[in-house]
Amino acid sequence: MKLLYFAWVRQRIGAGTEEVTPPTEVTDVATLVDWLRARGPGYAEAFKDTRAIRCAVNHTYVEVDHPVAAGDEVAFFPPVTGG
Amino acid sequence: MTVRVQEADFDIGAELASLTAGNTAVGGLGVFVGLVRDVADGTGVSALTLEHYPGMTEKALEGIEAEARDRWPLEDTLIIHRVGRMLPGDNIVLVACTSAHRQAALDATTFLIDWLKTKAPFWKREETDQGERWVDARESDDQAAARWGAP
Repeated sequence: MKLLYFAWVRQRIGAGTEEVTPPTEVTDVATLVDWLRARGPGYAEAFKDTRAIRCAVNHTYVEVDHPVAAGDEVAFFPPVTGG
Repeated sequence: MTVRVQEADFDIGAELASLTAGNTAVGGLGVFVGLVRDVADGTGVSALTLEHYPGMTEKALEGIEAEARDRWPLEDTLIIHRVGRMLPGDNIVLVACTSAHRQAALDATTFLIDWLKTKAPFWKREETDQGERWVDARESDDQAAARWGAP
């Protein structure tokens, strides 16, 4: 699974992208976030308030109950501010 | 129907001329240009850096353009959004729509920039006299996008 982080999520985690192989209990975005949170203080800080974070799976916005699987591209980022 | 995400500046006159060239069915051209301001929330801004999500950004912009073409009788549309570091006065984004009549061209242009601001994955980081900061999303932008209804 490929993970991507943008803006302050990227800065708090300290990386823009990584390949991960989560355990089998990670089945959706919510359980993925729980697993990521335990990976270190930067992750815990980035995912402290999940209401402030948006998620996209394979380039489409999703909610936290959306399934994730091996081979997916999952991105976490703050609400967008372009234009 | 054109979407471009690029670091380079764009020539507004040349882009608009090429959008209408050769199509005499066009009776109206709606345009919005977003520029870097030198102040935000009372703080001086010396530079702005735009980050994006390559791949998803283009896909999101194409989706927004397709939605506009479903809603209005448009001849053509153009979205150019810059990324990277910009200075006050620099162009950030150009949105333009052509149609037979002004109302569709103007409404579709407003729709495109309203939806772009709340749906396309771009993030602004400001350099200010008090240090660097990520720009927070604004509720007023959500309200502006919401008045056009659901997709």
